[in-house]
Amino acid sequence: MQFLFDHFFELTITGLALGSIYALVALGYTMVYGVLQLINFAHSEVFMYGTFAVVWVFYAFNAGPDTGTATTIALLLVALVAAMATSAGIALLIERVAYRPLLTRNSPKLVALISAIGASFALAEIMGLRDRVAKFFQVDGPLREYVSGARDNRSLPVSIQPEPVVKIGDYWVTSIDLLVIISAIVMMFALDRFVRRSRLGRGMRAVSQDPQSAALMGVDAKRIYRITFLLGGIMAGAAATLYMIRIGTTRFDAGFTLGVKAFTAAVLGGIGNLRGALIGGLVLGVAENWGSALIGTEWKDVVAFVLLVVILLFRPTGLLGESLGKARA
Amino acid sequence: MSAVKATLGRVPRPHFKVPDSRRGKIILGILAAAFFYALPLLNIPIITTPDSDFGGVLFTVAIYAIVALGLNIVVGYAGLLDLGYVGFYAIGAYTVAVLTSAHGSLPYFLVVPIAVVLAMISGVLLGAPTLRVRGDYLAIVTLGFGEIIRLTAVNSDWLGGARGISKVPPPTSIPPETTDGLFQIPHLVWDGAIPSIDYDTTTKFLKFGVLDAVPYYWLALTVVIIVLFADTLIKDSRVGRAWEATREDEDAAEIMGVPTFRYKLLAFAMGAFVGGLAGSLFAARQGFVSPQSFQLLLSMLFVAAVVVGGQGNRWGVIIGAALVVYLPERFRGFADFRVLIFGMALMLLAIYRPQGILPPRRTRRAKAIEAELEALEEGVDEEQPELEHRPNA
Amino acid sequence: MPDVTKAPAPAQPGEPSEAPALGAPILEVDNVTLKFGGVTALDGVTFDIRQGEILGLIGPNGAGKTTCFNVMTGVYKPTSGEARFRGTSLAGLKRFQITRLGIARTFQNIRLFKSMTALENVMVGGDVHSTTGVLRALFRTPRQRQEQKKVEDRAHELLELVGIASRANELAANLSYGDQRRLEIARALATDPKLLCLDEPAAGFNPAEKAKLMELIKKVRDTGYTVLLIEHDMRLVMGVTDRIVVLEFGRKIAEGKPAEVRENPAVIAAYLGVDDDDAA
Repeated sequence: MQFLFDHFFELTITGLALGSIYALVALGYTMVYGVLQLINFAHSEVFMYGTFAVVWVFYAFNAGPDTGTATTIALLLVALVAAMATSAGIALLIERVAYRPLLTRNSPKLVALISAIGASFALAEIMGLRDRVAKFFQVDGPLREYVSGARDNRSLPVSIQPEPVVKIGDYWVTSIDLLVIISAIVMMFALDRFVRRSRLGRGMRAVSQDPQSAALMGVDAKRIYRITFLLGGIMAGAAATLYMIRIGTTRFDAGFTLGVKAFTAAVLGGIGNLRGALIGGLVLGVAENWGSALIGTEWKDVVAFVLLVVILLFRPTGLLGESLGKARA
Repeated sequence: MSAVKATLGRVPRPHFKVPDSRRGKIILGILAAAFFYALPLLNIPIITTPDSDFGGVLFTVAIYAIVALGLNIVVGYAGLLDLGYVGFYAIGAYTVAVLTSAHGSLPYFLVVPIAVVLAMISGVLLGAPTLRVRGDYLAIVTLGFGEIIRLTAVNSDWLGGARGISKVPPPTSIPPETTDGLFQIPHLVWDGAIPSIDYDTTTKFLKFGVLDAVPYYWLALTVVIIVLFADTLIKDSRVGRAWEATREDEDAAEIMGVPTFRYKLLAFAMGAFVGGLAGSLFAARQGFVSPQSFQLLLSMLFVAAVVVGGQGNRWGVIIGAALVVYLPERFRGFADFRVLIFGMALMLLAIYRPQGILPPRRTRRAKAIEAELEALEEGVDEEQPELEHRPNA
Repeated sequence: MPDVTKAPAPAQPGEPSEAPALGAPILEVDNVTLKFGGVTALDGVTFDIRQGEILGLIGPNGAGKTTCFNVMTGVYKPTSGEARFRGTSLAGLKRFQITRLGIARTFQNIRLFKSMTALENVMVGGDVHSTTGVLRALFRTPRQRQEQKKVEDRAHELLELVGIASRANELAANLSYGDQRRLEIARALATDPKLLCLDEPAAGFNPAEKAKLMELIKKVRDTGYTVLLIEHDMRLVMGVTDRIVVLEFGRKIAEGKPAEVRENPAVIAAYLGVDDDDAA
């Protein structure tokens, strides 16, 4: 308890930063659930591939510990684009391979969940076996740096030093903290605006409420589904970049835990509700930090799972309630 | 019957038919059971796993079969998607470990009932609040539960933390403290297609030791048979019907007077019971229990076994369990690709054959009707003796 | 020939040991109002259903028949007023408890247990009054075996009653539409109800099938059950019911014998124009 009070501001602000990353990934879960009423279990891998894209960009440009600040920032921007593209690509792949065949067959939702679970494991393993995959295609020589240590942690070769910027309470908020929090909020607002104002956004909302009527109004549901996955992927790619800036290390199975936490955030805020994803993420990030201060850092992950179970039991509609999709009994 | 047809010059049907008569079924069952008990001793070349102890593999298959049967009650009969079944398995295993090694030294066969009851209680505790939530959320909640159990084990010192609990003693042998058991059974060894008895490799009946997995396998196989019987008895009663009705259309079932919540909870409790039972067998053979053995992947494998087998089909899920364990062991070269293949198989199955590998479930009575129809097709221009054997409509 | 003259026997302790007198009210809808989301679906509806009768509930589309039906079978809770069955208020009871009280129903859109056989479907209904559970099933105690046999035999009887005995072992999904409707009735009867509620049982039937259905409903009533019928088909309703209640816009506008209701100007006005079914 004492620890919590002593470090309150630090815990809270870093919690908000962590939570912002959860929020961005949560957007993917919440959108897909809102529009398709599916839990995209494989979204965690969408995120994970984005993190590797960031690392690989730095490898590609031979970055190292002595890379200058300006170069690092430039590389980060390139990495951001790469990550968003990669994540979006993986998301579309998942849509095409794991979901689309089922949507045409009108299968029950549980079957789609199983397909997603299969896709999740397959994708994670492909990353974890990339050295063997590369060997199979006989490119493991030139790509050695990228594919070696397939099951090990992979870190950014540069270290990004956080600069203290402003003091809140007794904690010096760092540049990274601010970057992460502000980026997440900006992206969320951009997405929200898109969904509310644009034609595609209206299409998304229509399809989520009633696919048949939407089709009668000339909305191409299949296209909307693809857009939904795509947007979720883009957000995850951004999250991946921020994650690599803040945490710096990734692994082929890094998606799972983060995925569950992001899903918890989505449910916490109200699944299908975009703003809910942001609120849920931030709340979860802070709760995790406070929780680990109270009961020990080793229990950090448990906080998320317990919170997940508790919300689903007592308030399954989340803090802000469901919105994008209609409530299904 | 078929003999009569054959002597009349008709070509007998080439496929295998499960005998209709009760006696036929019992004889078949006994033969099959005998075969499975003898299997690790027979060492049949094509079937035996080259790089790993066949007895050990069979043991794992048996354990997974028990799990699959238990999960089949929850997922297959009652229609509740449980992604955290590994939690019950872990509770069974850890209870055995705690009471026989870490914090006690009770005899194994006394601890097993305790483990099973604890698992069942946890099933009820988990089910009571969660069974009210809707389908896909239930899946996630149960997943959360499984992980909470694992993480609790990792972080609790009295459960051994990340290293777990070791030195779990084997079950008491018959007779106790024996080195050679009551008698020894040699294994078979094959030279091409010619078997010969290998007197050097023997299984001691009934010594639960560290090296030979076969007695454990026999124990597990016995449990499988018992669970199968219990499953059949329960399924063919109002309990089984209530589960199926709940799965098919919960609201309609409720309106037909089925207290669906109670039955869902019952399914959960029974599933947990069986899961805990499997876990306690696992702990005995393994000799140690650590959180590594209870990852989420295992829950998914269990679910895969049930889905592959075709939900609600007790034989199918056993086959599913066998496939999930046996294939990676048999084709060890692909061991590293196990999870990848598993993931892709799940996807393919979900897309192309969600009802499972075996054909959809048919009841005994529905089969009887089919038999009747077949008899009609075959026996149109034959003597009337068929008539008196047709079951009453 | 199985005995179909058996009147429904009370199964729960504490209930009157005889069926109520013929003509005594068994279900009372008492000033029921139901509002949802700004819409008043039912407004002060009051009527009762009497032992041994076939009561028809009719009204133009949107009149609130299905809503009223759902209140009477405990699926919806009224905003005010209550529905009482043999004196017991239905509010707050769980659906399976209402079934145990003695109200059974069929569904407009047929909700059979598709992957179970016809016999099994009916047996699920029959299981309502069984008292054996897992342990007894496991050990096949004499009581359990007796109960199971009783339920199974009764299920066969009911299938015979509704006319689909030869289909007992077919999966419900494979039955013809007409047979599925009959199966629903058999299943509802298996719960041993005092009141059987049929929700548009003739939907999708041709005139010949409707005639057979009318016979079946009368047979069910003659066996001792009380029947509530929601229907659109006027000829069916006029031909089979003893009394009719008419709803329009959530209010009761008429109640009485078929002949009276048919002449009632308010009813005619509500329907304005003849049902296509009637003209057939």
